[in-house]
Amino acid sequence: MTTTIGAPLNRIDARLKVTGAARYSAEMPVKNVAHAVLIQSTIANGRIADIDTAAAEQSPGVLLVMTHRNAPKLGGKQKSVQQPGEDYPLLQDDAIHYNGQHIGVLVAETFEAATHAARLVTVRYDEDKSVVRLGQVLDKLAVPQHFRGGARLPDSSRGNPDQEFVAAPVKIDQTYQTPIEHHNPLEPHAVIAVWTGDELVVFHSSQSVAGSHKTIAGHLGISDDKVRTVSHFIGGGFGSKGSTWPHVTIAAMAARIVNRPVKLVLTRRQMYTSNGFRPQTRQHLRLGADRDGRLIALRHDSLSHTASFGEWVEPCGLSTEIMYSCPNLGVSHRVAPTDTGIPTFMRAPGEASGMFALESAMDELAEALAIDPLELRLRNYAEQDEHEKLPWSSKSLKQCYERGAAAFGWNKRERQPGSMRNGDLFVGWGMASATYPMNRSKASATVRLQADGRAIVQCATQDIGTGTYTIIAQVAADAIGLPVERVTVQIGDSNFPEAPVSGGSQTAASVTPAVDAASRDIRKQLVDLATTGSFKGLRSEDLDVVDGAVVVKSDPSRRAEIGTLLAGRDALTATKGAEPGDEKKQFSMHSFGAHFVEVHVDPELGEVRVARYVGAFAAGRVLNAKTARSQIIGGIVYGLGMALTEETDLDHRSGRVLNGNIAEYLVPVHADVPDIEVILIEEQDPHVNPLGVKGMGELPMVGVAGAVANAVFHATGKRIRYLPIRPDKLLRTA
Amino acid sequence: MYPFTYVRGDDRQAAVALAAEPGTEFLAGGTDMLQLLKDEVRRPRRLVEITSLSGMSEISSGPQGLRLGALARMADVADHPAVRDEYPVISQALLASASPQVRNMATIGGNLLQRTRCAYFRDTAMPCNRREPGSGCSAIDGENRLHAVLGGSDHCIATHASDLAVALVACDAVVVVTGPSGEQRIKLEDLHLLPGETPEKETVLQPGDLITAVEVPPLAFARRSLYRKVRDRASFEFALAAAAVALDIDGGTIRQARVALGGVGTKPWRSHEAEKALTGAKLETASFEKAAAAALAAARPLHQNGFKIILAQRTLIRALLTVGA
Repeated sequence: MTTTIGAPLNRIDARLKVTGAARYSAEMPVKNVAHAVLIQSTIANGRIADIDTAAAEQSPGVLLVMTHRNAPKLGGKQKSVQQPGEDYPLLQDDAIHYNGQHIGVLVAETFEAATHAARLVTVRYDEDKSVVRLGQVLDKLAVPQHFRGGARLPDSSRGNPDQEFVAAPVKIDQTYQTPIEHHNPLEPHAVIAVWTGDELVVFHSSQSVAGSHKTIAGHLGISDDKVRTVSHFIGGGFGSKGSTWPHVTIAAMAARIVNRPVKLVLTRRQMYTSNGFRPQTRQHLRLGADRDGRLIALRHDSLSHTASFGEWVEPCGLSTEIMYSCPNLGVSHRVAPTDTGIPTFMRAPGEASGMFALESAMDELAEALAIDPLELRLRNYAEQDEHEKLPWSSKSLKQCYERGAAAFGWNKRERQPGSMRNGDLFVGWGMASATYPMNRSKASATVRLQADGRAIVQCATQDIGTGTYTIIAQVAADAIGLPVERVTVQIGDSNFPEAPVSGGSQTAASVTPAVDAASRDIRKQLVDLATTGSFKGLRSEDLDVVDGAVVVKSDPSRRAEIGTLLAGRDALTATKGAEPGDEKKQFSMHSFGAHFVEVHVDPELGEVRVARYVGAFAAGRVLNAKTARSQIIGGIVYGLGMALTEETDLDHRSGRVLNGNIAEYLVPVHADVPDIEVILIEEQDPHVNPLGVKGMGELPMVGVAGAVANAVFHATGKRIRYLPIRPDKLLRTA
Repeated sequence: MYPFTYVRGDDRQAAVALAAEPGTEFLAGGTDMLQLLKDEVRRPRRLVEITSLSGMSEISSGPQGLRLGALARMADVADHPAVRDEYPVISQALLASASPQVRNMATIGGNLLQRTRCAYFRDTAMPCNRREPGSGCSAIDGENRLHAVLGGSDHCIATHASDLAVALVACDAVVVVTGPSGEQRIKLEDLHLLPGETPEKETVLQPGDLITAVEVPPLAFARRSLYRKVRDRASFEFALAAAAVALDIDGGTIRQARVALGGVGTKPWRSHEAEKALTGAKLETASFEKAAAAALAAARPLHQNGFKIILAQRTLIRALLTVGA
C-alpha cells in the first residue's frame, strides 16, 4: 500500500487554476446579475448631514441607490458571530466612524453604470474632530474587554517581573513599533447574492463559509438554514476574509430590494477600508538577565488601537509567555479607540508583530552581553511551557536552530556589527525564533464511496490557497485505501458538514481528523461488506483495502473490486466529526522554527537587500511536502514585506488611506526576494490530533521581521525599532 | 470613470485638431491615463488614441544625435544598442522605471507627461491645488515623506515621477511638438513648469500640442554616464532620490559635467549648480561633495522629507564616484 500522506503531490486543483477553469466568487455563473458599487465616506468622524442621490438615481441603468435613509432596518443585529467585539456599520444610521466607511450602495445594470452613478452621489457632512493614530490616543488606553474572544487574558504574570527587572545586572528597556498593514490578497473581496424566495445563496470569497452564513443570517434576522455561503476558490485571504464584512450583507440587502442577483466586488482601494487591517502597535520590552545571558525578568507591554464601534486587539505578548525560560514574566495588552476602521486578524496576528519586538530585544541583549544571538537563545531554551506549566507535546526548536544554522553557515559569523563586507556593501547576518500555537477546532466531514470506485469528500472548510483540497484527498485516499486520483473533494459550501474558519493555521489539524475518521469508517464498511459477500467466511481483520480493492491479507492476489462489493447499492456513506478533547490540559502544543538571513546594506544610501535566507520549521507531521514548502516560502515573503516595505499611510488629519493600491502599498516584488532555503523537520506528535499535524500557515512569517532587523543591526550597528526598515530610517539613525 | 468618447487618431494633423478642442486628451500607452481616469482625477470628454499614428515610433541615432519617437515603447528604447552604448544614463533610467509589463506598454512621450504620484493629487476626496486650483495643498502639512524638497511652493510640493525625464534633461534633450500652430522644439528643461502659484499648469504645452519625438543632441561623453536610483523596494517603485550624471574627464580633471536629480524636485531637476561646481574641478570625492551640496543648496525640507536632502546628495556623490572611476 503506497502512502500519499506526506508526498510532495501537486495540487489536485492546479490544472483548474492554471487553465482558468477554477471559478472564484465573482466568476460564478449567475444569470441576470445586477452590479453593485459601494459609496464610502470621505471623513473619519461625524454625521451625514445630507446625501443627495437624485442625480445618481436618474443616471442610465441605475436600479437602486441604498443609503441609511432607505436601507432595510436590521433590528440592531449588527454583530458578527466571528468577531463578537464588533458592531458593524450597516447603513443603519447617519453616523460616520471612519474614513472609507460604507455609506451607501448603488446597483445598476452594468458595473460601469454603477461605478459612474456612485460618483454622482454628493454627501454633506457634519464633521467632528478625529484621531486616527495610536500616538494620539495614549491617554485613552484601557484593558481590553473582548481579548481573544475571552479565550485568553490580556494580562498575565509569573514571579515578580518588575522587582526582578530592577535588580537584574543586565537590562534591555526599549520600545518597538509596527505600522498599520493590510492583507492584500490578490483576489479582491467579492460577493454575488442570490435570493430564491426567502432563501439566500451567497457566493463570496470567504475563509469561513460555515461562520459566514450564520453572520449573514444574524444581520438579516433570518434563520441560519435560510442562508448558504459558497466559496469554491479563494485567491488568498491572510485573515481579511475570516470575518464576514459589511459589504456581504449590504449586497444581500440590495439583492432583496432589486429582486435580482447582485454582484459586488471591492475595488483595490476599497480593500483598504472594508476588511480590517493589522493595527499599529507600540510594544515596550524590558529584559533583565544575568551576566551569562539567562533571563531573570521579562516584561512585554503592548498597545494597539481599535475602532470606535468595536474592539479588536493585536495580541502581541502571547508568544512571549511561552518562548523562553524566564521565572519572572509579565505581559499586558492595552487598547484605545481611534476613528479608523476595525482591525482584524492578519497572518500571525500578535505573533508576527510581537515576535518582531521580542526577537529584536533578544538580539539587543545578545549584543549587550557580547554573546552569539543563537547561543543566547539556547541558554534560554524553554524545556516546558512555563506559562501553562505543561510539558510540550513535541518541540523541535533545537533541531531547527541546529539545522538552520548549519545550512546557513552561522558559525562563520563575525560577532562585531559592521565587520562583514561584500565589496562596498555591509553584510549582516541575523536570526530569530518562530513560534505559533497548535490550534484545532471541531470539524466534521462526509465521505461517500461510490460503486464506480470513486470517493467524494464533503466538508464546509475552504481552501484559501494553502492546498486544503489536496491534503484532504491525500488523507481520504490513505484512510480508505484508494489511489488519490479516485478522491473528489468538495469544500467551500456551508451546506456541507461544518468546519471552522481557515484561520489560526488550524485547518489541517481540525479537518483532516474528521476526514480520516469518516474515511476509516468507509473502509470498515467496505471490509464488513466483503465478509458477507466476496470473502464470506473471512473475518474483517483478515482483509485489507489496497489501491481501491478489498484484498485478503494473506493472499493479496485475491481481490474484490469496489464495484462488485457495492453491487446493487448506490454508495457507502459516513459522516464523522472530530474534536479536541482535554489534551491541551496535559500538553502545551506549539510549532517552532528558526530564521537565518543575510542582508546587504548600502550604509550611505540606506538600501537593504535580502541576499540569502534559510528557514527551518517543525510543525508536526507534514501532509504534503510541496504545499507545506510553498506555504513556508509565502510566509517568509510576507514577513519580508513586513520587515522592509509594508505600511499603510493614513493622513493624520482625515484618516484617509493614502496608499490604497498595490502600486503605492509596497509588497515585495521578485527583486526583493532571494532564494529561500526551506528545511522541514518532521515531528511524530501523538498528542496534538490523530494526524499529528500542527499547521504551517502562519508560523513561517513569525520572526522574519526580527531576523531582518537583527541582520540590519549586524551589518550597520543601527537598531531600527519601527517597521518597516526603509532607507530614511537608516539615514536618520545614528 | 466619467463617460467619454473615444476616437482613434489615424492622421497626425486631424488628431491635433481634435485635441485642441476643450475636454480632449491624447491616449498613448495608457499606463498612467487609465489610473487617472478610473480615479476620476482626469475627466476628459474625449480621448484621442494616437498609438497608430505613423512615424512616431522610430528610434534612430546618427551624427545629429538620438531621436526617439514619442510613441516608442520604454522597453524598446532601453534595449536599443545606440541608447545603451552612447547614452547609458537613458537606458538605465528606463530600466529603473516601473516593471517590464509597464515598459512594454508605456511610451516615451507619455512618460514625460505622467502625473505626480502625490496621494492627495490622486484622491479626489482630498484638497489639491494641482488637481483643483485653490482647494489647498494637503501635503504641506500632511504626509509628505515622498514629496519634493526642490522647486516646491506654498501651493504644491508634488514630486515629478519620471526617471526618464531626469536622464533626458541631463542630456539636453529637446521635445519636438506639433500643435495647432505648427511644429516647435522645446528644451525638455523648459517643458515642465515649477508649481509656483499655478500648480495646475504642469507644462508649457497648449491644448492640442502633441509631442512627436524627443531629440538628444550628440554628447560624446554621455558614454560615461549613469543613472542611480534609491527607492523603498528593489524594483517597481518610484525614486526617493535619483541622480543622472555624465562626466567629461581629462586625466584627473573634470572638463564638463551633466547632473540632474530625480525624486526630489517638482520637475525633472537639472542642476546647473552642481555642473558649475564640477567644471574644471579635480576628479575626487571632495569635488563631488561640493557639487552635491550645491545641488541641494536651495532645498526646503518639510517635516517628513528632510532625509531626501542628505539622501540626494549621497546618491549624487555615489553616481559621480561610480562614473568617475
